[in-house]
Amino acid sequence: MSSHPNAPSHAPAHESASHAHHGHSHGHEAAHGTFRSYMIGFALSVILTAIPFWLVMGGVFDSKLLTAFFVMGLGVVQIVVHMVYFLHMNPRSEGGWTMMALIFTLVLVGITLAGSLWVMHHLNTNMMPMSPEMMKNMP
Amino acid sequence: MSETQVQTGHPEAEKPQFYLTEDHHPEGSTMLGFWLYLMSDCLIFAVLFATHGVLGRNYAAGPSPADLFDLPIVALNTAMLLFSSITYGFAMLQMERGDKVATLFWLAVTGVFGAIFLGLELYEFSHLIHEGAGPTRSAFLSSFFTLVGTHGLHVTFGIIWLITLMAQVAKRGLIPENRRRLMCLSMFWHFLDVVWIGVFSFVYLMGVLG
Amino acid sequence: MFGNTTLTQFLFGRLTFEAIPYHEPILVVTFIAVALGGLALLALITKYRLWGYLWREWFTSVDHKKIGIMYVVLALVMLLRGFADAIMMRLQQAIAFGGNEGYLNPHHYDQIFTAHGVIMIFFMAMPFVTGLMNFVVPLQIGARDVSFPFLNNFSFWMTTAGAIIIMMSLFVGEFARTGWLAYPPLSGADYSPGVGVDYYIWGLQVAGVGTTLSGINLIATIVKMRAPGMTFMKMPVFTWTSLCTNVLIVATFPILTATLALLSLDRYAGTNFFTNDLGGNPMMYVNLIWIWGHPEVYILVLPAFGIFSEVVATFCGKRLFGYASMVYATCVIMILSYIVWLHHFFTMGSGASVNAFFGITTMIISIPTGAKMFNWLFTMYRGRIRYEVPMYWTVGFMVTFVIGGMTGVMLAIPPADFVLHNSLFLIAHFHNVIIGGVVFGLMAGIVYWWPKAFGYKLDPFWGKVSFWFWLIGFYVAFMPLYVLGLMGVTRRVSQFEDPSLQIWFVIAAFGAVLIACGIGSFIIQLVVSFLKRDQLRETTGDPWDGRTLEWSTSSPPPDYNFAFTPVVHDHDSWYDMKSRGYERPMTGFKPIHMPKNTGTGVILAGISVVFAFAMIWYIWWLALVSFIALIATAIGHTFNYDRDFHIPAETVTATEDARSRLLAERT
Repeated sequence: MSSHPNAPSHAPAHESASHAHHGHSHGHEAAHGTFRSYMIGFALSVILTAIPFWLVMGGVFDSKLLTAFFVMGLGVVQIVVHMVYFLHMNPRSEGGWTMMALIFTLVLVGITLAGSLWVMHHLNTNMMPMSPEMMKNMP
Repeated sequence: MSETQVQTGHPEAEKPQFYLTEDHHPEGSTMLGFWLYLMSDCLIFAVLFATHGVLGRNYAAGPSPADLFDLPIVALNTAMLLFSSITYGFAMLQMERGDKVATLFWLAVTGVFGAIFLGLELYEFSHLIHEGAGPTRSAFLSSFFTLVGTHGLHVTFGIIWLITLMAQVAKRGLIPENRRRLMCLSMFWHFLDVVWIGVFSFVYLMGVLG
Repeated sequence: MFGNTTLTQFLFGRLTFEAIPYHEPILVVTFIAVALGGLALLALITKYRLWGYLWREWFTSVDHKKIGIMYVVLALVMLLRGFADAIMMRLQQAIAFGGNEGYLNPHHYDQIFTAHGVIMIFFMAMPFVTGLMNFVVPLQIGARDVSFPFLNNFSFWMTTAGAIIIMMSLFVGEFARTGWLAYPPLSGADYSPGVGVDYYIWGLQVAGVGTTLSGINLIATIVKMRAPGMTFMKMPVFTWTSLCTNVLIVATFPILTATLALLSLDRYAGTNFFTNDLGGNPMMYVNLIWIWGHPEVYILVLPAFGIFSEVVATFCGKRLFGYASMVYATCVIMILSYIVWLHHFFTMGSGASVNAFFGITTMIISIPTGAKMFNWLFTMYRGRIRYEVPMYWTVGFMVTFVIGGMTGVMLAIPPADFVLHNSLFLIAHFHNVIIGGVVFGLMAGIVYWWPKAFGYKLDPFWGKVSFWFWLIGFYVAFMPLYVLGLMGVTRRVSQFEDPSLQIWFVIAAFGAVLIACGIGSFIIQLVVSFLKRDQLRETTGDPWDGRTLEWSTSSPPPDYNFAFTPVVHDHDSWYDMKSRGYERPMTGFKPIHMPKNTGTGVILAGISVVFAFAMIWYIWWLALVSFIALIATAIGHTFNYDRDFHIPAETVTATEDARSRLLAERT
């Protein structure tokens, strides 16, 4: 929309200039979807929502572990679908900064979640004088 | 901007240009700034998910997810949010085309879906509290209510914001400021979808699995 | 009063006359002193008819320079409050031996150490750091303001609102008695039923909004507003450390916000996150708060590292040694600071595997920090060092911080930590790094950038006096605490049995008095410099022979910072410009597009104070009203589309011509 028409052709020619790094170019050009992309995203997300609900409500697999694996796996796939088709994530928007911020945040989310679970599991094991089964039923 | 090109294009010149003689217009920062806000919000949810992950099995001899959660309602709820997402997408497409009335129409539809989502959530909450499974019953229920409630609170603010923007678009049309604001709300709205995917997978489905 | 308790309770919640601590002589005297001082200040402002000026030019200003200065003023005021707490504690511990209870009862003493920690971290160090970043970063990157000027003003006022809420606790009710991180279950509703913890929570939550938003603002500014030509590897080091600091702020303050929100739910709504019963787990709070808490340490110290880097390069007349390694070290510290949090609670019992992991990651952090230390040393090596006051602080920092760093590595060894945890050794360690690192850095920064902000240098004599008092005072005050910690004396104790310990506490108290002299000399320095401002005036805009862009404009800079946007070719770009024969533009000025001032920030922050007060005292109707007012004001603000204006070309020309005359007079 507001992208600079000649910026992309200039940027590589002047790599010494700030231009390519400075984000003057391709600011918003990829920030919009089309009707097609929205519909693809919607269809995918409907499917990716329906499957895990079906797996759990229909009791499709006998193994809980397998079901859990699928539920979480499909959740991750669906998050990616939403990121791409609805939030228009791509490595170019805002000069790559949104993508970088997203990856950084995901790493931190991972650290927070995994770290907390790991730390708290060990704390519970060592410091709570009871089994998880007892904890569930502890008054 | 073209000035820069000229100056840096001649590094061999004795004394390079040290300032722009034309006006310098740095690119707008709003989208990046708003995205950074969303990332910080994402970490708030990360804490709530982590808390649910750690405390979500502490039922304190009370009800467990399998006893409480009504998956058909959750599925319906999810559908409402998905519909609202695609209708917001339609609103954005109409905004691109510059069709103010159609944009307002799709925004209104989005708001209605959002409101239905909230209504269903409130119904679920009141049902749980009525059954004696309120947020004070156990650490599991505390973390459940807080996580889902925080998401709901975000949706509430999204709807208030949506109404505000509809008033602004109606009043001023699709001027650049309003387009920018609509794009910010679009990011906010779709971001709430992403969080909801985490909620229904991790809290409801995994919870019912046990 | 009303004869009707229900009505009174509805109107005032749990606020009664008993909440005013008129039975505490110390507080009454403090209150009288504060009230008299405040009245005198208000009278002076009124007498000199400054209200309109302050409101128009400062309170509602969206100029990053003025906001930065206001942040620093807030920080200095809170420094005095926090230091008053410190000296009270030192005095109490020096006399409370062998049956003597001292002059502070435990109830009061516990509030003081909590307030000291909270104020020094959140309302002294944070505003100080944010203020310097706000002032310096846009100038260093050749920008005219930050990305979101209104948000900047709003952030400042939210921080101030948080400070006001904390200060209110001094005279209305009480403050938390839980230590600065308010661990549950002690901070839960069962064991801290009063308003203290609520003051703590709401003060931090309100200020946290400001901190997070200002972090977002500065990241966007650094990413988007750099002058043409300034690639990331040509950015000044202070801007780099600011970027990393703000990334840390944006990525960690939400965690604090969420954690405190969970604690307030426990207190207000009766949930069971951190309770002892019904499945709650207080250890989870400790885990979460330190995920924020450790990066917070780096939020404070990274900008200080940036200041030292600027100061060393400037006063040694050399390019900073190992610029790239400095940048990488900063980024590595930024990432590593996220995976060390458990070292704050090794003793909680996670077991060997977890403790070993976090112990090792903690020790790894000392590697990039050490690399930085060597970079500064090598910059000084064979440099033409000018020992101006900022350089004093820098050298003092290098010696002191290394000691603090080494005791930190000692604490990072889990078995050693089992002995030293919660002891005065820990207290000595973190004061060693925070005073030796952060405070010295901020003092260096103040002296270094003061002429840029106000157009005259600070008096060097009193600067050196202040430095020596601070440095010696620090060692006298905290070395005894290392000794006491090794003897096993724990922190947060108001009375002692063993009289053989007393001498160490007396020495520490004497050290605190020396630091008080340091702060006093600093204030004298400000006053003397103001009085001698004509002698100390500098008209070049570049008093230290600086190397970065902020020294290319006048001191103080005009509202628009730069009449023409600079183009950068090298890092140390101002040095590059000077050495390649830069000539100041004299003609061809154009109108400059600038944001308008607005009072919305002040109003929103004011309503937030009311809301927080209502929540603290359970005045539900007021909470509801103020919350609705908050939302309505915010929405109302978005209906204002008229947010900017142009400085006419004639004004720019006049300003620049005035500067040209000043520069000509000098030569």
